[in-house]
Amino acid sequence: MNPRSLVIEFLQVVLLIGLAPAFTGWLRTVKCWTQGRTAAGLLQPYRDLRKLLAKEVVLAENASWIFRFTPYIVFGTAVLAGGIIPMISVDLPLAPTADVIVIIALFAVARFFTALAGMDIGTAFGGMGASREMTIASLAEPAMLMAIFTVSLANTSTSLSQIVQVILNGQPVLRPSIAFAFFAFVMIAIAETGRIPVDNPATHLELTMIHEAMILEYSGRHLALIEWGQMMKLLLFAAMGIAAFAPWGIAAAGSLHALPAALAVMVAKLAAIGLVIVMIETGLAKMRLFRLTDYLGAAFLLATLGMISFFILD
Amino acid sequence: MSSSTALLIVLGLPLLASGALAVVGDRKIAPEINILGSTATFAASLILALDVYARGAMVAGRNFFFVDAFSVYLTVLTSFVSMTTAIFSRRYMRREQEHGRVSEVGMRFYHAMFQLFIFAMLLCLLTNNVGILWIAMELATLSTVLLVSLYRTPTAIEAAWKYFILCGVGIAQALFGTVLLYFAAEKVLGEGGEALLWTNLSRVSGQLEPTVLSLAFVFLMVGYGTKVGLVPLHNWLPDAHSEGPTPISAVLSGLLLNIALYALVRCKVLVDGATHTHHAGHIMMGFGLLSILVAAFSLLRQKDIKRMFSYSSIEHMGIATFAFGLGGPIATFGALLHMLVHSLAKSSIFFTVGHASQMHLTQEMEKIKGLLKGNPLVGWGLMFGVMAIAGMPPFGIFTSEFLILTATMKDAPLATPFLLLGLGVAFAALFRRVQSMVAGDVPSSQQPVAAAHIPVLLHTALVLAIGIYLPAFLNQWFHTTVELLK
Amino acid sequence: MTPSTAAQINSFLAALVLLTSFGMLVQKRLNGLIHLFAWQGLFLSVNTAIVGYVAGKDHLYLSSLLTLVLKVVLLPYILHLLINRLNIRKSVESIVNVPTTMLIGIGLVIFSYHLMGPVRELSTLITRSTLAVALATVLIGLLMMITRQHAVSQIIGFLALENGLFFAATSATYGMPLVVELGVALDILIAAFIFGIFFFHISSTFDSLDVGQMARLKED
Repeated sequence: MNPRSLVIEFLQVVLLIGLAPAFTGWLRTVKCWTQGRTAAGLLQPYRDLRKLLAKEVVLAENASWIFRFTPYIVFGTAVLAGGIIPMISVDLPLAPTADVIVIIALFAVARFFTALAGMDIGTAFGGMGASREMTIASLAEPAMLMAIFTVSLANTSTSLSQIVQVILNGQPVLRPSIAFAFFAFVMIAIAETGRIPVDNPATHLELTMIHEAMILEYSGRHLALIEWGQMMKLLLFAAMGIAAFAPWGIAAAGSLHALPAALAVMVAKLAAIGLVIVMIETGLAKMRLFRLTDYLGAAFLLATLGMISFFILD
Repeated sequence: MSSSTALLIVLGLPLLASGALAVVGDRKIAPEINILGSTATFAASLILALDVYARGAMVAGRNFFFVDAFSVYLTVLTSFVSMTTAIFSRRYMRREQEHGRVSEVGMRFYHAMFQLFIFAMLLCLLTNNVGILWIAMELATLSTVLLVSLYRTPTAIEAAWKYFILCGVGIAQALFGTVLLYFAAEKVLGEGGEALLWTNLSRVSGQLEPTVLSLAFVFLMVGYGTKVGLVPLHNWLPDAHSEGPTPISAVLSGLLLNIALYALVRCKVLVDGATHTHHAGHIMMGFGLLSILVAAFSLLRQKDIKRMFSYSSIEHMGIATFAFGLGGPIATFGALLHMLVHSLAKSSIFFTVGHASQMHLTQEMEKIKGLLKGNPLVGWGLMFGVMAIAGMPPFGIFTSEFLILTATMKDAPLATPFLLLGLGVAFAALFRRVQSMVAGDVPSSQQPVAAAHIPVLLHTALVLAIGIYLPAFLNQWFHTTVELLK
Repeated sequence: MTPSTAAQINSFLAALVLLTSFGMLVQKRLNGLIHLFAWQGLFLSVNTAIVGYVAGKDHLYLSSLLTLVLKVVLLPYILHLLINRLNIRKSVESIVNVPTTMLIGIGLVIFSYHLMGPVRELSTLITRSTLAVALATVLIGLLMMITRQHAVSQIIGFLALENGLFFAATSATYGMPLVVELGVALDILIAAFIFGIFFFHISSTFDSLDVGQMARLKED
């Protein structure tokens, strides 16, 4: 492990923490444009976070250590995952320690604690949100793994850094399995990050909210960390998609000079992804809750077909 | 007349008659045209048969058609039974029309489709191309689907829908098998239509890829087996037979099942040639034995007379399939004879059953009584038919079953008890029912009916005659076919 | 177009055919079902043309055209006409157990892959790997006919099954001889005529096209 890769690792984590609110801000800005509203600007999420961090934490009387602990776990797992997913370079010292399955598991840990914290207070909303969140998770996670496995099979590794390298070194090929896996991945990523049509991050409407219901009792610093973690999760899923399906532009091992270019490409890709997400969110209405099983079932089917067609057709 | 002309006439006449009948519609003359067309077809097939008898197998029409001993004997049988059925249907359908069960459009449709059906079956037998065989078989299904639903009752439509769907699905499997067969043949014979010709395939069957052919046979077995009506693919058969008009039941039972079995046996010969094993035969024996047993026990529970005899058809097709699967000269000879006599006996039974149910306006066996006194021809015809079909000596079926049983005891002794059990149960079930129907006094509700004499008498006499003495030409045909199928 | 590009496009179209099969398996709206069927036909037609081009088989162009006319234009048109005439365009069929059906479908794909193993190994054609997909399409069509209760859905299942057979012929042997292909197309056309008549018979006799009501013919 040389110092240069440590620097890259450090840079990437800082970038993730620093850029995540801007990415969310970008999404909101584009959304405002499409709806003809005046945007608050890219920096609004930063201001929100600053305000929340300055505020006093109000805890419910019966909150246990889980409730207080959870925001740090959510934030921490996101930062850890950010150290593993190659965003600007594959030369990450942390990458060999964990493959993509571990990343999924990290998100699962965060989700698990959020759900526990939701139930911890004992309010109706917390429990409802937790139960909905876990229902989605139980369907989305196998599908996510299936999609990831297909990509791993096609690129002979489960490590994202390795996958990126294999794709960068090979010829671009038209593969039905990857196409299936890609669409499955997009569908599940939308579900996992709580966007429309699965969940609406901007609503506090009692009947429909999922993620917001779980964190309704949080305030101040705790809320800031959870919101921040959520923003990072969105960015990470975008980065994961880029790494697994279109990594062109990510710097190969050992070249520090390529980093600025890689960063520029990354930002461009994220901006494009943001546009696509907004287009999806503008075009679709949120689904009724009990249609979610159909949605996730379709994602699972796509992922499985991807894996099968890897064996049959590739 | 050269033999290839005769062949073309055999195929062309039904097609021509079908078109003519579609034009003529339900005019009074339509049944006569129907009879005339079928009789002429029968005459042409006799000429063809004599020719093949004298000169052996032949191809015609640029290798498109092919006749050998196996197909020619079924051709004669098919055209004969279609002729007698046409004669029977003249009186039968007139009566149905008087009772208002069939509309005028229905009659036009009935006649045209009847001839089209005959054409499809003859094409199955005479084509040299495995693909055309499949197409003709599908055509045979399609042309009879709407005949099964001719009465437009809810049950008739249900039966026809079931027939359409199940046979469509089944026969689709056979096409997949044909694709696989073509795949294997193409490697040896090169591309193009030549690779699908029986004449070429049988020549090179030893070089065909055994694994592919075994796989193909499974699909062909399921596909054509559905049409043969083998258990567990038989679900459509009792419904289609019981709900359609009786002449259609007679030709479905007497002819279509035979044709499907013919296709299956042809495929089996190819597969045997490629694999040099008995797998295909074993599969057929399994399906056959299962059909015999299931059908025999189902016979016991039937209340509808046509339904009962359709189960008897399943049983007899099971016997023939079992015997073909068993292989060997005696069993194959028995199976060929069985196809012939079952076809004759079963269509004759359906003729009498049709009249019997017209007399009582029902197909429920409990309400049919006093046939011997009410109409001696129908009564005795049914009585003799059932005796024949149950395998009583001296009828032909006794001979064929005896041959098959002998071969079974020698080659597959373990199957003998099952075979005997099936035959015994079927025998008991049929006689239990038929006695109560023919005997007894005439119920007051019974109506007189003008029965068609010729078909019943002709068929019964033939079954009896074949049982007592097998003509030399039949003997030779069967022996040649046994050689072919070895 | 190089053979390897053609093979890639071929696999891709095969994947799309498979996807439409699954789509039909779970599509509840008749209208959507017919559209999916037309798409499947289109993929098959394009695939056949590409295979014909790469393999230099002119008769495949004709089958491709035949597929286009019959399965993309004519049959969907007839079906649309029928469901308009019968006033069932908007009807939604209730399908029980979608996840189980899907899992069985996936199982069928794997089964076909195993079954076609020996054939794939013997074949030298660029299309050999799609044969498993073809068989899977056949079996999924079969599954659809079993799980659906609506007459129109059953027919579409039947036609999808026929699509699978056509696809199998293209994959295994670059198509059957022309005379056979034409004959099969004729049979399908006659079948279309017959099921058209049937729809009217069923709906006038049973007051709906739900064939689940047909349960009079049972063994007692």
